[in-house]
Amino acid sequence: MINSKLLQTVRGFIADNFLFRAENEALDDDQSLLDSGIVDSTGVLEIIAFLEQTYEISIADSEIVPENLDSVGRIADYVERKRAA
Amino acid sequence: MCGIAGYMIPREAPAMPALLRRMAGVIRHRGPDATGIHTAPGIGLAHARLSVVDVEGGTQPMSLADGSVWISFNGEIFNHVELRESLRQRGRIFRSRSDTEVILHLYDMFGPDCVDHLNGDFAFALWDARRGRLMLARDRMGVRPLYYTEACEGLYFGSEIKALFEVPGIDPEPDPLALDQIFTFWFPLAPRTPFKDILELPPGHMLLAEGGTTRVHCYWQPSFPDAEEAGRGADEGSVKEELRSLLTDAVRIRLRADDPCGAYLSGGLDSSLISAIAAELSPQPLKTFSVTFDDAEFDEAGPQQIVANALGTDHHALRCAAGEIGRLFPDVIRHVEQPLLRTGPVPLFALAGHVRENGVKAILTGEGADEVFAGYDIFKEAKLRRFVGRQPTSRRRPLLYQRLYPYLPRLNRQSPAYLSAFFAATPRPDDPIYSHQPRFRVTAGAKLFFSRALSDDIGSYSALDDLRGRLPADFSRWHELHQAQYLEMTGLLPGYILSAQGDRVSMAHGIEGRYPFLDHRLVEFAARIPPSMKLKGLCEKHILREVAGDLLPESIRDRPKQPYRAPDGAAFIGESTPAYVRELLSEGTLREAGLFDPAAVGRLFGKLSSGSAPSARDSMALTGILSTQLWHEKFPRPALGENDAHPRGVAAS
Repeated sequence: MINSKLLQTVRGFIADNFLFRAENEALDDDQSLLDSGIVDSTGVLEIIAFLEQTYEISIADSEIVPENLDSVGRIADYVERKRAA
Repeated sequence: MCGIAGYMIPREAPAMPALLRRMAGVIRHRGPDATGIHTAPGIGLAHARLSVVDVEGGTQPMSLADGSVWISFNGEIFNHVELRESLRQRGRIFRSRSDTEVILHLYDMFGPDCVDHLNGDFAFALWDARRGRLMLARDRMGVRPLYYTEACEGLYFGSEIKALFEVPGIDPEPDPLALDQIFTFWFPLAPRTPFKDILELPPGHMLLAEGGTTRVHCYWQPSFPDAEEAGRGADEGSVKEELRSLLTDAVRIRLRADDPCGAYLSGGLDSSLISAIAAELSPQPLKTFSVTFDDAEFDEAGPQQIVANALGTDHHALRCAAGEIGRLFPDVIRHVEQPLLRTGPVPLFALAGHVRENGVKAILTGEGADEVFAGYDIFKEAKLRRFVGRQPTSRRRPLLYQRLYPYLPRLNRQSPAYLSAFFAATPRPDDPIYSHQPRFRVTAGAKLFFSRALSDDIGSYSALDDLRGRLPADFSRWHELHQAQYLEMTGLLPGYILSAQGDRVSMAHGIEGRYPFLDHRLVEFAARIPPSMKLKGLCEKHILREVAGDLLPESIRDRPKQPYRAPDGAAFIGESTPAYVRELLSEGTLREAGLFDPAAVGRLFGKLSSGSAPSARDSMALTGILSTQLWHEKFPRPALGENDAHPRGVAAS
């Protein structure tokens, strides 16, 4: 079970930086950020910079894959795994 | 080069010469040398003139000797010499050397079909007094603009929309669906314009108004062979020879002018090729012009200088310094009359001013080659997306995505898997607009900022479905590259490249752009060239590179395409933020205009001001919001109560 504070922080970051307004912020944890046009082809770099700074983790190129980063849930899950490692 | 305007009203209505002068007056930048008007029962024609061909004899509006047909004409007919000769042989007597008179005679002989004979860039209004018929016509590719509206018991037209707003009772009113289209495609889908009830005459169309009815029809549009025919029977050697001779002729007839033409030189293949041919054909050294940027990401000064040296041109470079884009942006919006998602038109606006200062009035450009010969990255991108999509489990194929945009460092810092997911996010390869979906999706991200009221006005309207519904009947039978080319040639090209980045910004300084690659003979010929000779593997414009073989330095011929770009969002944030930006993005101003959500815009501006380089989506959003606010300010709605008698009830809304 992913801790809810982590989920909330990630959701908050996506909301503030990609959705910009309150009525858009009802975001499902498993909604694809690419498919829904929320994150564009370069937007993922913003997510990476945020995660590296906030959670003091280092993200390898090979980890920049949709399986790790393409939804709020996947991001939280990925951060949890990185921190546990 | 010129501007035209005028009206058709009931015969018994009084003539309005003062209105004609005002309409011509607001587009005077297009033709600062002289203004002329003609009025007769039911008709008024106005003309603002820049003298390029037959400086002495080309006064307009012009009529046939018997006064039966009148014309107000903007543009150039490049084959006027040949047309005049053949008309002379048929007994026609000319009073001038001008191309304008050629159209009058052609109309007299062929009626509205006269357009089929013209090779040129034109927009004209022609009045046939014998039948009481007004004809408006526009060139095939949409180089010259023409707008009209039917209101106040008349039909009013002009080269620019601002001329129409001189008519009492015709006022600027934003069209919500046009805004939705602009925030998807970068331009409104013709005939729609950003203003309610103001229409654009689409490229390759004519309008005929007589006896109380108005008909608009298409006389020419790009067309391609069926896919199974597209690759057949062509020999590369002979295609190359024919292409070279057509291109040379297209340049040759575009050098016709009383004063020498110059050329734009971007440093890329297309403009270099045009300059090379023009330099060879010009008796005097060719003057070439280019923009340079301080930021290495956009600058092409090196290749520009290499070409200029190799061709021995008299080269002039204009440095677009940081801060220039922000400073000039409001002027550019007034000229282009529509919101912009990119700032590309701004440096070209400055460059046209520079050309004018150097005494050149007409300029050759390489625009059009990317559409006609498949040079844009979007064509490669679509090909690659289909290629990857056919083997979704391949780990190697997505590696190719990193070769697509070598000049976008941020994009290339991502893994192939991520790029693959981004580009595959539109999984329907049978969608007719498959090729353009990633671009449309990123642009449409900017719609997040629309106000609730604007979103409600747009409702369930889908710009993408609208576009799908306009495609020609045989579109589905064309090769997929040709389908993508058609979308560019009929969409972005006239809607943005030739307009916001072309006619509007050059005519702002009375400079006429000439486009050899858009000669319709060349466009028709290129449509029959097999797709594999245009986009060969992932090498764009292959056949054009072959033609360039003996004309250009090798380093230019083989240089990968670097699309013309200018600093976008970054031009408006940080130290160089112009004063008007904060004002137009303030909560009060945003609320008053009612088009964007102030809180969301505030968050975006805050994010971009925090220092990190903006993403493509955020950059377009900021540019789009700011330009829309500027556009709204430059073309204000009339205040409530001022126009109670307004025929369209604008005041009530």
